[in-house]
Order: sequence, then C-alpha cells, then structure tokens
Amino acid sequence: MQDQENTKDGLVSNRSVDIVVALILAGIGVLVIVDSLRLGAGWAEDGPQSGYFPFYIGLAIILASFGTIAVTLFGRNRTRGIFVERGQLLHVLKVLIPTVIFVALVGFIGIYVASAFFIGGSMRWLGKFRWRIVVAVSVAVPFALFLLFEIWFLVPLPKGPLEDFLGY
Amino acid sequence: MSRKPKSALLASAALIAGAFGFGLVSASEAQAEWKPTKTVEFIVPAGTGGGADQMARMIQGIVQKHGLMEQSLVVVNKGGGSGGEGFLDIKDSEGNPHKIIITLSSLFTTPLATGIPFNWEDATPVAMLALDEFVLWVNAESPYKTAKEYVEAAKAGGGSFVMAGTGSKQEDQIITVGLEQATGAKFKYIAEKGGGDVAKALVGNHATSTVNNPIEQVSFWRAGQTRPLCVFDNERIKLTEKVTADMAWSDIPTCRESGVDIDYLMLRGIFMPADVPEDAVAYYIDLFQKVRETPEWQEFMAKGAFNTSFMTGDEFRSWLQKAADTHEDLMTKAGFISG
Amino acid sequence: MDALSSLIDGFGVLGDPMNIMYMFIGITLGVLIGVLPGLGGANGVAILLPLTFSMSPTSAIIMLSCIYWGALFGGAITSILFNIPGEPWSVATTFDGYPMAQQGRAGEALTGAFTSSFFGALIAVVILTFLAPLVADFALEFGPAELFAVQLLTFCSFVGMGKEPPFKIIASMMFGFALAAVGQDPTTGQLRMTFGWYELLRGFDFLIAVIGLFGIGEILLTMEEGLAFKGKTAKINPRIVLQTWAKLPKYWVTALRGSIVGCWMGITPGGATPASFMSYGLAKRMSKRGPNFGKGELEGVVAPETAAHAAGTSALLPMLTLGIPGSPTAAVLLGGLLIWGLQPGPLLFIEQPEFVWGLIASMYIGNVAGLIVVLTTVPLFAAILRIPFSIIAPVIVVICAVGAYTVNNALLDMSFMLVFGVIGYVFKKMNYPLAPLVLALVLGDMAESNFRNAMILSDGSLSIFWSNGLVGSICGLALVMLLWPVFSAGLRRLRGTTSQLPAQ
Repeated sequence: MQDQENTKDGLVSNRSVDIVVALILAGIGVLVIVDSLRLGAGWAEDGPQSGYFPFYIGLAIILASFGTIAVTLFGRNRTRGIFVERGQLLHVLKVLIPTVIFVALVGFIGIYVASAFFIGGSMRWLGKFRWRIVVAVSVAVPFALFLLFEIWFLVPLPKGPLEDFLGY
Repeated sequence: MSRKPKSALLASAALIAGAFGFGLVSASEAQAEWKPTKTVEFIVPAGTGGGADQMARMIQGIVQKHGLMEQSLVVVNKGGGSGGEGFLDIKDSEGNPHKIIITLSSLFTTPLATGIPFNWEDATPVAMLALDEFVLWVNAESPYKTAKEYVEAAKAGGGSFVMAGTGSKQEDQIITVGLEQATGAKFKYIAEKGGGDVAKALVGNHATSTVNNPIEQVSFWRAGQTRPLCVFDNERIKLTEKVTADMAWSDIPTCRESGVDIDYLMLRGIFMPADVPEDAVAYYIDLFQKVRETPEWQEFMAKGAFNTSFMTGDEFRSWLQKAADTHEDLMTKAGFISG
Repeated sequence: MDALSSLIDGFGVLGDPMNIMYMFIGITLGVLIGVLPGLGGANGVAILLPLTFSMSPTSAIIMLSCIYWGALFGGAITSILFNIPGEPWSVATTFDGYPMAQQGRAGEALTGAFTSSFFGALIAVVILTFLAPLVADFALEFGPAELFAVQLLTFCSFVGMGKEPPFKIIASMMFGFALAAVGQDPTTGQLRMTFGWYELLRGFDFLIAVIGLFGIGEILLTMEEGLAFKGKTAKINPRIVLQTWAKLPKYWVTALRGSIVGCWMGITPGGATPASFMSYGLAKRMSKRGPNFGKGELEGVVAPETAAHAAGTSALLPMLTLGIPGSPTAAVLLGGLLIWGLQPGPLLFIEQPEFVWGLIASMYIGNVAGLIVVLTTVPLFAAILRIPFSIIAPVIVVICAVGAYTVNNALLDMSFMLVFGVIGYVFKKMNYPLAPLVLALVLGDMAESNFRNAMILSDGSLSIFWSNGLVGSICGLALVMLLWPVFSAGLRRLRGTTSQLPAQ
C-alpha cells in the first residue's frame, strides 16, 4: 500500500499502519469470540456464563476495528501522514533490538550479567562513552540491584551460571 | 524423638558424637547430612496476604529468629490459576532440593478443576504441618441454633440460602456441595476473594452462612455478630479455653454430632520437587519439627484453632492418597471436573 | 472527646525513640520500594514482615505501615520523571505529571504530588480517628451489587469522549477488558483464553501492562527524536517547594474532592487505583482547567494523588475493625497482625487500645516524617533527569524488566512487558488512548465477578441494581457521570442564552 503523500524517507504511511493495527485488533476479537463460545456465552439461570462478557467484548473490538478501517479509507478526516521516517525507525530499533536481546538473554545468563552487557553495550554504542565509564556503570548498576534484591529484600531474581559458580 | 538439636552447631556436634559412637543417634538424624548450600525458595501457591502466605511467612520468621537454617529461606508467591502456577513450577524443578512448597487444598482441587497437568504424586511429600478446621457460621441475628435446624431451613428455602466462600471450585465450595450432597439442601454459592471478604459478607447479611476457618471469624464471634453451628471434623476442636463469655472452641459440636454427615479438613503441608535426595527430605522434616516446637508456632496454632496433626513418610502418603480420592469423588459428583 | 484522649495516649507510645527510628527506617525503605516498579507496597511489606518478629507488635506495625506510607509517596516519583508508574495507583499521576517534567517542571510536579498525598492521608487519618465505628458499619453495607455499582461509577466518571477518534477509544477499552478476562474466571474457576498455554494461567497483570505501555513505550517514543534527549535542565532549586506550595491552595476543591473519593473507595473497599482514576476523571470534568488536563496541569497531579493516598490510608480502617483488607498491602499487614497474635475485628479497639492508638498516632507522625523525607529528595530526583539518556535509558529498561519479573516471579512477563511496550508505542502514534485500556484492565475482572455474584443472588434479575437506596443512587450517579459531557454542554448553552438575554 503506497500513500500519495509518502515522502522520500517515509517508510510506512499512517494509513496502512492504521489498517494493520485495526486488523490485528479484529483478529484478537475473533480469538476472544471463539474462546467465549467454547465456554458458553449465554445467560444461564443464575446470570451470565463465563463467556458472556468476553463474547460481547470481542464483538465490540471487531466492530470498532472495522469502524476505524472505514474512517481511515473513506472518512472525511482520512488518516494522512507518515507513521515513521527511516531515521526515526533506526533510532527506535537501536533501543528495541538490544532490549529484545537483553530479555532473551536473561533466561540463560541471569538478569545481572545480562543487564551489565545491556547497559554497557548501550552506553558504548549509543552514547560513545569512554570504556572506563562504561565498565564502571555497567558493573555498578547490576551490583547495586543484586545487593538490593538478593541481599536486603530477599527477592530472588533470575540467575545464571556466574551466580551458580559464586554459590548463589 | 528425644534429641532435637537447637542449632546447626549442636546438630553437627551430635553428628560427630554419633560418628564417635557416643549416644543413640537415630537413623533419620544420621542421614541428615544434607544441608542447603544456597538460598531455599519457599513457594506459596497463593497470593500475598492469604492463609497459606501467612503461614509461610510465619515459618520464615521463625526460622530466621531462631537461626534454624544457615542459608536464608525466601518466600515466593506463585498464585496464578488458583495456585496452578506454583505446582507447575515444582513439577518443572525436578531434583532441585532448594525448593519447597506449602500446600493447601488447591493441591487436589486446582488440577481437577482446571485440567492443568499436575498430580500430587509429581512432588515429594515432606510433612503435614497442620490441618485447618472449617466451621459452619451463621449471622447471630438469624434464628438457627444448630446445624440441623439450619439445614432444614435451607431445604425449606428451596435454594434461596446463600453460602459465601473463598474462590471457585476450591475448599469452601467443595464443602458446600458436600453439604448439599449429604443433606439435600441447595445453596447459592458466591465466590469472594479472601476469607476476610467472606466473613464480612456474613456480618453484612449478604450471605446466610459461611464455612470460614476459625481464625477468619473468631473476632466476629467474640463480638457477638456471628454464631458457629458445627465444625467439619470427626472430633471436636481440643481447645477448651473460653473464647467468648460462655463458649470455647471445644463447645462447638461436630457436624456429625448434629446430624449433618460430613467432615472436611484442609491440608497445610510441605512438599518438594520429585527425585530429590532422601537426606534432603530428612533435613526438611527435621527443620519443620524444630519449627513446630517453637512457642511462636504453638501460639499461632492455638489462635487459629488448627488441628495440629503431624505426619511424614508413608503415613502421610496414605493420608494424601485418601484425601485425593475424596476430592475426586466430591468434585466428580458436583460436576467440577474440567474437560 | 474519648478519641482525642486515646490519641494523646497513642502519641505517648511514640515517645519511645526506637519507634521514631523504626518510623524513619520504614519511610525510607518504603520510598525505595515505591520507586521500584513491581516491588510494590504489598510485596515490600510481605518481604519485610518476617524481619519484624523480634520487635514488639506496636513497633513492628509502625515500621511496616511506614513502609506503606513511603511506598504511597514513592510511587509518584518514577511516574513523574519517566512516565513509569512505580505503583498501580500512580498511573493517573503520569497523565499530567510526566508532561510537567517534560516541560522542565519536574520539581513542581513532585512537590505537588507529595504535598497532595500528605493532604489526602491527613484527611483520611482524621476520619479514622473520629469516625471509625460509624464508617466500619458503612463498609458492611457493600455487597456484590453495591461494589459493582462503585466500579461502574469509577468507569463512568473517567471515560468520556476524549479527543481521540471514538472507534479507537472503544477498541482500546475493549482490548483492556479482553486482557482482563484472560486467565481463570473468578466465578466458575474455568480457564479463559489461555488456549492451553499454562503460562497464561495468571492472566495479564495490570502492572506489567502499565510498565510496558507507559515506560517502555515512552522510551521508544523518546528515541525517535534520537539521542538529543532534551536535557530537561530542571531547576534544582530548593525554593521550588515553597513556590509550588504558594500555588497549591487554589486547588483546594479538587484536593478535598480527591480525599473524599479516596476515603470512600478505601473503606468500601474499592481500592486506591480506582480511586485515583475516579478523582482524576471528576476533576477533569468539573474543574474549569479541565480541558488542559493531560498537558501538564498541576491540578491533574493533585487529584489522583490526594485520592490514592486517602484510599491507601483509609483502607486500614476496615482492616482493623472488620478484618477485611481494603488493599493488597492491607491484606499483608492483616496477616502480620494475626502472626503477632492480634485479632483484628470489632474488639481490637477495646482490647488493644495501646496498639490501635499507637498505630493511629504513627499515621499522623509517619506522614509528616514521610513528607519531610520525600520533599528533601525532590532536588535529588529532579537531578536524575540530567543524566544522559544513553545511560538512563538502559537502566530504566533494566529496572522495568526487574519490576515486570517481580510481580509474578515469571520470566515470560518480561517478554509481555516488551510486547506491551511496542503496543504502547504504536497506540500512541496512532492516536489510540491508553488510559481506557489500563482502567479496563484494572477494573474488568473485579467488576465482572461482582456483577455475576449479584446476578447469582438475584437469580439473574437486573433489578438488584436498583433494589435499595444505596445501590440505586450509586448507579444513578454513574449514569449522570457518563452523560456529564451532554449535561455540561446543555448547561453551557442554557447559560449562554441567559447571558445573551439582557443584550437583546
């Protein structure tokens, strides 16, 4: 889908994102309805069944989504403009991708080591800090968290091989 | 058991003594060589603030105060899906001796009601700590003096009587259907969030009766706002100290005595994941015996009018098997089985 | 004045310097707990509960309740600075607090939030001191139908047609309701929308959604501008406190309304989070500055903060007199009371006067102490905004991830947080409002189970919602609130014509 107003560095138009988001929401609505019907979406003797409210919620999501699509395509105040420019998207991805990697790593190496890499990496890559500061901050923050959660508040957070090795 | 070392130091002293051939060290103590090497997670398959959570944190406090463990014991709440989350965690932690779980009736009811793949045999039973009593309560303004009278009135009411309880398809509702099956009376069951809300529903006349645990209702009873009719146990509660001006816990008749043929006790027990070393189990049995002997624990038991039975090993296993069968039977009859 | 003399005895209990010390330790820990998302008041108190076994019950409850006050104060800090609600009840504080911080008015917003919190708590404690028995009976009137009516009122007073497209408002709200329904159905225990995936048993926690939608979403939005993070040089000036105080008195109506809403919601018990939303919605509707709400209006910080703190404080009243926790934290404190051998209920005030009045006296002093502690930290927290974004952004992400994990001790919740972050980013760009989603998520489950319990009681007849004066008038009020925009438009037109009459 190409929008006429697409400028040269615009990646996606607001209109197409609007439609995609509405379709995803409508899809969720369908899922909700399917599961509600499984549970029973009627009004039993003693009031609504488990699926009663979810059924209408799902229906409302679908209707509202198609409403949005209709307005987007045919409405007087049609959605215009660009959702995100290439440069902006790159900036966003610079944070989003490391965050995804960070969350994925937590399960394997524990949250403390993962956050040291994540904070250090971000500082070096995005902030271009000197290595000395990078190392200082990326060690200090997880260590402070460790003291706070594991030692003082006795809240176990996900740990990995390093903590195992150190006997925690 | 005559030897219960007060501290880890004494415990090791006893072991050394045993090794040198002094004294009579029993088999279980000689095996208690296993010790936690890191923090032990104490899973509570319920949210913060409920009965199981209170008990777990009480134990944590006692262990800490009396220095019963060298490593720390931390309470972790995993209450999602009526505790299903906590049980699945234990199932997934096979062989991990640094994880224990406190159980309540949801050990049996949750897998049956929700269909999650867990069975009590997927875990290692350690010990029964206590059994929680249930009492049938009515508002003090209501005319019913005995369980029999109340049940007859409920029968005549044709399903207009309201029973409030904690959660859905859990112990309170199971007692309610048990009561229905035993007497032929019908109740409307209202699921509330916690024991406090249930007690309030009765005092505020939004329900006609509840099956609250003693501790949840005792203050209203003493204030003359509610009245106990019978206790769902096969014998009376043993506490004879007066709670109100003229009644003690022991003055409440059992339901069978008053002609309502049902009893129900809720397990407060400790389990571990499957396939853990036997001496780890022995270690925890020993630990909880020490906990049971502290004055704090005994006071807590008395305040809550708990049934203080303690069981381990095969005796505990056969108790569990029987309880599991009872639950399955009651829930099948009530149509509560998922699937 | 019986209550007054008891209260004076209560202050005597606080004469013990150890108790004063516990109080300051509690407040400081509480602020810390409040600042960290996920590690909420309930968790914080539960975690520290076992530590208090070796203290006397009075000292222990003073320390634990001070942790609670501290958490109530602290929740506002990250809401204002980073758009991350430290506690569920400070979500509504982000609506105006964060825009204020973006305009370089973080110090003003923080001072406003703390002072309002203090004001709300004070009103609640006064009510607690003098009206406790009366108010306790009021709480008993609330059964399922009444509670549902209260939730309906919260919803109606908050949700109106905003400036976003109506279809998107509806879609966002319904999406919130759908998320709230995931997990176990509280009425029948059936599993809903888990599709055989056991990780979904626990449903979507409100806090995880909020950390993602607001916190992570905001970081992504900020990143669009690149790293030219407006080094919001918030004036670090201790005088900002006095300057803000000079502005606050003109919001007295909003503050008083917020406190009353808060007390009512705390006692019923409706909870601090709905109270803050309701108060914000009412203020937006009734204040003449209403149209500016959401753009950095100090009054928009005053409204939710007074209500949240008043609700948090008054939630202790039904706990003490009835043994019903008015909030999750109160539920943990209740457990603490039982463990120390105190039996909450109608007799507690008679049998344990030293304990009860010591606690109430500590509420007065604890809140003063709390205010002092947090106000002195205003310049400190405002200074955090000067740290370069490339350091603070990953640290915020880590803290958010820790917060998401600690809610349920589940790794998967971190991934959910990320997904919510992307949803928050896209929704904000596409003009879908986030507030209705969040409110639906927090109220959906409770409202549904109360509605269905009411239906069970009435054999499926809706007439239960106007069966008595109390429930009827709350439902009526809810409808008035829902139709308020229509009323006020009508009123304006009416006024417009009358003012034109003399001219004709």
